[in-house]
Amino acid sequence: MVTPPSPETRQSKVKLAVEGLTIRYGSESALRDVSLQIYEHEIFGVIGPANSGKTSFLKTINRMDVFNPNMHVEGTILFDGRDVRRWRNVYALRSRIGVVFPLPVGLPLSIYDNVALAPRLRGGQSSADLDVIVERCLTRAALWDEVKDRLDALGSLLSGGQQQRLTIARALSQDPDLLMLDEFSIAVDPVTTMRIEDVLKELRNEITIILVTNLVQQARRLADRTAFFLQGECVEIGATEDLFTGAVQDPRTRDYVEGKFG
Amino acid sequence: MSPDVSTTELSSGRTGVTADDFDRRNLDWYVDKAVEVLVFICGISAIIFIIGIFTFITKEGYAFILQMDWVEVFTTQYWFPSDEGDPEFGILALIAGTASVTGLAMAVAIPFSLGGAIFVAEFASGKTREVLKVLVELLAAIPSVVWGFIGLSIMNPLIIKTFDVPVGLNVLNAGIILGLMAAPIMTSIAEDALKAVPDRYREAAEAMGATRWQIIVRVVLPAAKNGLLGAVLLGVGRGFGETMAVLMATGHSVNIPGSLFDSVRALTATIAAELGETAVGSEHYQALFAIGIFLFLITFIINLSADLIVRGVREG
Repeated sequence: MVTPPSPETRQSKVKLAVEGLTIRYGSESALRDVSLQIYEHEIFGVIGPANSGKTSFLKTINRMDVFNPNMHVEGTILFDGRDVRRWRNVYALRSRIGVVFPLPVGLPLSIYDNVALAPRLRGGQSSADLDVIVERCLTRAALWDEVKDRLDALGSLLSGGQQQRLTIARALSQDPDLLMLDEFSIAVDPVTTMRIEDVLKELRNEITIILVTNLVQQARRLADRTAFFLQGECVEIGATEDLFTGAVQDPRTRDYVEGKFG
Repeated sequence: MSPDVSTTELSSGRTGVTADDFDRRNLDWYVDKAVEVLVFICGISAIIFIIGIFTFITKEGYAFILQMDWVEVFTTQYWFPSDEGDPEFGILALIAGTASVTGLAMAVAIPFSLGGAIFVAEFASGKTREVLKVLVELLAAIPSVVWGFIGLSIMNPLIIKTFDVPVGLNVLNAGIILGLMAAPIMTSIAEDALKAVPDRYREAAEAMGATRWQIIVRVVLPAAKNGLLGAVLLGVGRGFGETMAVLMATGHSVNIPGSLFDSVRALTATIAAELGETAVGSEHYQALFAIGIFLFLITFIINLSADLIVRGVREG
C-alpha cells in the first residue's frame, strides 16, 4: 500500500489505514465516514467530548465489536495492510493490540499472574522467561519498584493508579505492535498520570500508540498528530501543534481546544 | 419580617410547622421503630432456632452419650440397637454409608453442575439461557421422595440388568440419585458465582486475544472460586442431610461397602426409619438422638470450615 509520507511524522510507514469507517448502533450512528491513517511509531491522539465515537472507533480496530450484535460497522480498517474484518483468527489480531481501558482492570489474580497472563495464553515460555517478561513489563510501566516485594498479592487490590499501571504492564506483556489507550487517566491521580505519560513517550520509539483522551492538554503533551472527533464526525486531523496554535481548518476545533465547549 | 426558622411559617404553605415539631414523635417515627424491632427479631431468630434445636436434641440424647462406649460406637459396625439382651450401637457402617453415598454423589454432581453453570453463564445467550435457568430451578424443586421413587423403580432394575448384580439398591444407585438431586442447586449457586464476575474482567482478557475457553479457565474460574467452593460445600451438606431419597435407594442394610454395588445405610435414614418404633426415652431412642447430635456437629463443622476457607481465600 502506497501512502505519501507525512512531513509531520518521523516515520512514514502506515500502521493503520481507516477508510470510510461508519459505525451504527441500531439506527443511531456513532461514527460517520471517517478516513485516517496512523503511522508507525507515532502517538496518534484522538480528542473530542463524550459521545463522539472515540471508544467505538477503538472497538472496531481490535474487533471487539463482535460482542455487541447491535453494532454495525462499514468501511475498511487496514492493519499492516490487512483488513481486520477479514482476519479469520481475531484472537491473533487482538493479541497484537494492547488495550488500556478508562477504568483500571486489575484482574483478580496475583500481580505476577496478571502480567504473565498474555505470555501464558500464547504459550511456549519457560518460567524463567516469564520472570524476565514480568519484571521488564512492570519496570516499563513504572510499577516494579512498588510491587516487586509482593508479586503474589492480588492485582485487584492495588490502588487505582497502581492498577492502571498494572493494566499497562499487562498490555505491554502482549508485546503489541499497537497500544490503544482509552482515557487512561480518568481514574488516576495527576502524579501517576505524569509518570504514565513519561512511559508512553519512551514507548513511542518501539510501538504505535493511539491515545484517546478527553484532556486536550494531554494530547498536546504527547501526541504527534491529533484527530478531533465531534458527534461521530472526524472534524479535523493534523499535527498536534497546529491544532493548538490556531492553524485549523474548522472553527469548531479551535473552540474545543480553547475550552469553549466540551 | 425577618426569616426566623423557629417562629416563621415555612414558605411551602404548611402552617404551624415550628421548631417544636423537631421534638415531637409522629407516626412515621413509631412505624420506623416498630419495623426496626420486627426486623431485629427476624434477624436473630436464626440464632434462637439453632440454639433451640441443639438444646432439644442434646436433651434427648445426652444420657446416651454420657454412658456410651466411644470406642465401640465409632469403631464397630454392629448396629443392633433393639437387641433384648445385648444391644450394640456401632455406627461405623452408618458413617461409611453416608460418606460413600455423599462422595459418589459429589463425583457425579460437581462436573455436572460446574459444566452446566459454565454453559448457562458463559455460552448460552438470550432465550436458551432463560429457559435453562428456569428448568434448572424447577429441577431443584422436585421433592426428594420423587427422587427416591426413581431410584427404586427405574435405577434399581436398570442397575440389576446393566451390571448383572443381585440388588440394584446400593451405593451406585443412591450416589447417582443424590448427585442428580444436588446438581441443580449447585448449578444455580455456581452460575450466580460466575455471573458475579464483572464483565470488565472478561473484556480485558478478550482484548488481550484470549479465547472464550481461556477466559473461563484463566480468569473467570479463579475469580469465582469462592462462590464455586460454596456451591460444592452446599452440595456436601445436602448429601449428608438428605434422608428420604437415600433411605429408598441405598437398600438400607448396615454394611461397610466394599464396592459400588453393596447396599448401605445412611445416618439420616436410620433415624427416620427407626425413631417411630422406639419407646420415648429408651436407650435406642437416645442413641438415635446421639446420631442426630453427631450429624448436627458434622454439618456445623462443614459450614464453619467453608466459611473460614472462603474468608481465607478472600483475604489471601
